[in-house]
Amino acid sequence: MTQIIQITQIVWFIPLIPFIGFIITFLIFKKFSNAVSKISTIFSGICVLLSLYSVYLVYTKGSFSTEIVWYITGKYYISMGFVADGLSTMMLVVVSIVSFLVHLYSIGYMHKDSRFGLFFVYLQLFSASMLGLVLANNYLQMYIFWELVGLCSYLLIGFWYEKKSASDAAKKAFLTTRVGDVGMMIGILLLFLNTGTLGFTKIFELVEKGFISGSVITASSILLFCGAIGKSAQFPLHVWLPDAMEGPTPVSALIHAATMVAAGVYLVGRSFPLFFASPYAMTVVAVIGVFTAIFAASIAIVQTDIKKILAYSTISQLGYMIFALGLGAYVAGLFHLMTHAFFKALLFLGSGSVIHATGTQEITEMGGLAKKMKTTTWTFITGALSLSGFPLLAGFWSKDEILGFAFDNGRYIFFAIGAFTAFLTAFYMFRLVFVVFGGSLSQKSEHAHESPKTMTIPLIILAIFAIIAGYIGAPFIKGNIAFGEFIKNGIHIKHTEFNFMPMVISVLLALMGILLSYLMYQKKTIPKDWLYKYVKPYYTTLKNKYYIDEFYSKVIIRPGIKFANLINWFDKNIIDGFINIIGKATVIISKGIHLFDLGVIDGFVNWTANETYNSGKRLRKLQTGNVSAYAIIMFAVCAVYIIYLIIRFKF
Amino acid sequence: MNFNILSILTFLPILGMVIIAVVPNKFERSAKWIALLNSLVLLGLSIYLWTIFDKTNALMQFEEKFRWVPGVNIYYHLGIDGVSLPMVFLTCLLTVLGILVSWNIDHKPKVFFALMLLLTTGMLGVFVALDFILFYIFWELVLLPMYFLIAIWGSSNRMYAAIKFFLYTLFGSVLMLVGILLIFFNSGLKTFDILELANSNSLNLAVNLQNWIFFLLFMGFAIKVPMFPFHTWLPDAHTEAPTAGSVLLAGILLKMGSYGFIRISIPILPDAAKSWSPAIAILAVIGIIYGALASLIQKDLKRLVAFSSVSHMGFVMLGISMLTPTAINGAVLQMFNHGCITGMLFLLVGMIYDRTHTRLIEDMGGLANKLPLWAGILAFTSFASLGLPGLSGFWGEFLVLFGTFNKGSTFAKVMVYISILGIVLGAAYLLWMLQRVIFGNANEKLHDLKKFSWLEFITLAPLIAIIILVGVYPAPILNIINNSVNYILNM
Repeated sequence: MTQIIQITQIVWFIPLIPFIGFIITFLIFKKFSNAVSKISTIFSGICVLLSLYSVYLVYTKGSFSTEIVWYITGKYYISMGFVADGLSTMMLVVVSIVSFLVHLYSIGYMHKDSRFGLFFVYLQLFSASMLGLVLANNYLQMYIFWELVGLCSYLLIGFWYEKKSASDAAKKAFLTTRVGDVGMMIGILLLFLNTGTLGFTKIFELVEKGFISGSVITASSILLFCGAIGKSAQFPLHVWLPDAMEGPTPVSALIHAATMVAAGVYLVGRSFPLFFASPYAMTVVAVIGVFTAIFAASIAIVQTDIKKILAYSTISQLGYMIFALGLGAYVAGLFHLMTHAFFKALLFLGSGSVIHATGTQEITEMGGLAKKMKTTTWTFITGALSLSGFPLLAGFWSKDEILGFAFDNGRYIFFAIGAFTAFLTAFYMFRLVFVVFGGSLSQKSEHAHESPKTMTIPLIILAIFAIIAGYIGAPFIKGNIAFGEFIKNGIHIKHTEFNFMPMVISVLLALMGILLSYLMYQKKTIPKDWLYKYVKPYYTTLKNKYYIDEFYSKVIIRPGIKFANLINWFDKNIIDGFINIIGKATVIISKGIHLFDLGVIDGFVNWTANETYNSGKRLRKLQTGNVSAYAIIMFAVCAVYIIYLIIRFKF
Repeated sequence: MNFNILSILTFLPILGMVIIAVVPNKFERSAKWIALLNSLVLLGLSIYLWTIFDKTNALMQFEEKFRWVPGVNIYYHLGIDGVSLPMVFLTCLLTVLGILVSWNIDHKPKVFFALMLLLTTGMLGVFVALDFILFYIFWELVLLPMYFLIAIWGSSNRMYAAIKFFLYTLFGSVLMLVGILLIFFNSGLKTFDILELANSNSLNLAVNLQNWIFFLLFMGFAIKVPMFPFHTWLPDAHTEAPTAGSVLLAGILLKMGSYGFIRISIPILPDAAKSWSPAIAILAVIGIIYGALASLIQKDLKRLVAFSSVSHMGFVMLGISMLTPTAINGAVLQMFNHGCITGMLFLLVGMIYDRTHTRLIEDMGGLANKLPLWAGILAFTSFASLGLPGLSGFWGEFLVLFGTFNKGSTFAKVMVYISILGIVLGAAYLLWMLQRVIFGNANEKLHDLKKFSWLEFITLAPLIAIIILVGVYPAPILNIINNSVNYILNM
């Protein structure tokens, strides 16, 4: 018993530490911005240690959870608690490591910013909320932290709020994700209505025992998935993520690449027993995921903003994870979540280093940076290789596991689209690499120099992760089985045997992608504007991101505003106008007729209307003193009226 | 209880009013100190009341009952339970804050603060009265001071707004009085006592008559809430009223309406409540969406907040219409939270108006850099208002939706599906407002803005604390509400 209490306390502390950090830094950030940056970095460092310890605890002692009743309403108990198992502690480690490195990096990256301290305050709040989300043991609690990370995302996207584009992007991010959250909330309500509980364990138990009807399972899974679509920027709610790149680059790395956007994947992973019980829901998940994967990758190949390319890449990779889960590849999907967090954070931080040095985000204005920034270059290339699925790097293992699963289970269409996406991924990543780092120095690259140590050290650490993180789940050392066993938390999963065929195909496609971009952008033996030349309409469609934003603007936002204007007009002229019309009409009627003769209610209405009508005209001119006389008359009339009523009832 | 704490609480402001009245005009500046002292004592009493309130007891507490007009069975009957206690506390708190935010009023300060205190007595009276006639007197008593507050200290179109407010609500309350009298003459009990009427199973009313009475009471309460389509007095009154008036109007007066449903309509006419429930739910849901859409395009900051009240009170009424404990818990909690949050929004708007002398959103911008603390608190309050979890606004909305959905009927589910869109719209109009008011570059028209003062911060601080505390851990207040709501529904 004492043992359990000890463990409990440690897991509690993981989100609590950055929360305390948030309160401390919030109180002093105005005066001591430097101290704030250091305090918060230390706090997130402690989180890393505790998270690693929690993994050790779960690994040696098994998973554990606690909950307490938060309040009672009617006959229902609303509880809060946490669950520490393989899945949540794996997430804790990922979140806390990336968060710590981003804190460290930001000390260098943000030091000239006028709101340097505030930045760390927000980062602390985000870390606390994200860690809380991961540890939640029920849907309501998850939703609470889910919204809080959304708040932090809003604050950090709009961090440079003087720019209209930044405040627009922040607003768009919050609203778009909230559309998904509405679905999620209905899903939660539906689950509660049918199970009487919000806790994960109890719901999954009931699902397994077959106490819940299939249609409820399907409906609630799909509704919960709406939340994931919003948060993980899946089609059709992906539009906010590219715009979210308005935020400072460390934020893009932490929130919009590694952690918060993966929360949707985590939600599906956490709810896997529920989703798995409905083949229909699983299909929806898989289709949305695979479509998003190829859809976003195709946009990425024509973008020229370094962060936008990475943003579309993130959307595409999240689609990979989602479709893996939808196919039933639980372990592979979450494995990819983990490896992706490291190499995508690396790529974003690397791009931040490049932006820091050149002062631009347009890749066409960069070039030849390999000569100026050694560490940034080789770490970035490591990340790009890892993302492309280059053999033996982290991304290779996880992506291969997903594609292998699709292949083994005969889902050849998914395999084909996934493999083709891998080709596109390698292509756009190395297009980026060759344009930015290769070639001759551009004007803006002339004065570039390597970033300070606080920025390069996180890059090096993440590069190491981008190489080795895959070995946790690598099949040849039976890592896939060990990792799967660790995170499965009671789910019956199928371990796939290592399959040579799909691996060879996907590696070859990736290499072809790299080769093609090499020929186009480094050697320049293939003209780089062939797409523009030969299929111009498609090129423009890609450039305009398939016109999704324009579609929303035309079909939802503008009509919405028009409708709101109509409502306002209706309110002023019809509803409020109605009262005036009554007033005008009754003036005519009441002229010849004595008030009391009309009968009780009519008389009062007439009198009221009459006064309303006249007061509008006359009373504006009156002095306040006269108006008080008016009110007294009204009260007197009212009193007379009450007396009349009582008499009428023959009392 | 020999102490008569409720009578003291209710009539103490009258004492303050009398003292202010006898102060010679040349010392009129002391009026605000008297009013502040008076309201602080009230706040202290209400906190004391909260501490000695028996949290496990769902029944009326601190009851006082005296025969008042023997011939007609009118009693002086006071008492509070878990539904009225939070409202009593909120009334006392917002009165203090309303007086603080009016600190620099120099036009007839004596009259202003005297009226504020009279208003307080009226509001407190409504929440503690347990006799119909007494309830009605307090209900009408509220009208008069509010009328003058708007008419004398309001902005440009104040006369129109004041008269409209007065007549519209008077119209409703007279219908309510007819309803009360119909109950008295037809119930067979010949009593005005709310508890007796609620407890008696022998209420000898024909179903048809019950429905009519419910309708009459509904008119009185729905206009006050205000429910769509009886809401048009509200944007005018809110916009024209002085800051303190808007705060109390939004914070307390609107709640008198929804309180009436819970205290009177539902327990006394439970069958009629059931048959009226769908109609009320539909109007409530229309109000949620309608109010939010109207807020979206308002150009005047104060009018935007006013329309947002229509939307938020829609959630309250949706909860009430469901007649289940959880939904009504949510409604009562939402009443309390809306009082805090919208009260705070009006305080904030008043503070910025003192500096910019404009309420037009397009004239603002970049205030995050000009007045960082004010802007931060506005953002905080907006997020509370849009129902961000962790802040109090979330729990009220959640419980209403939760309670409604748990009814399980298709109708209730559809109500949830529609009203939940209000949550997205709520985020839309608030975030858009924030973007135009605090973000961007500072508007050139805004210069030499007075610094945010300590007095202003102190005015806002208690509400910030409450919003966070209730948002994180609602149990202390919700348990009190839950007990009494369960009891009321089982009567």
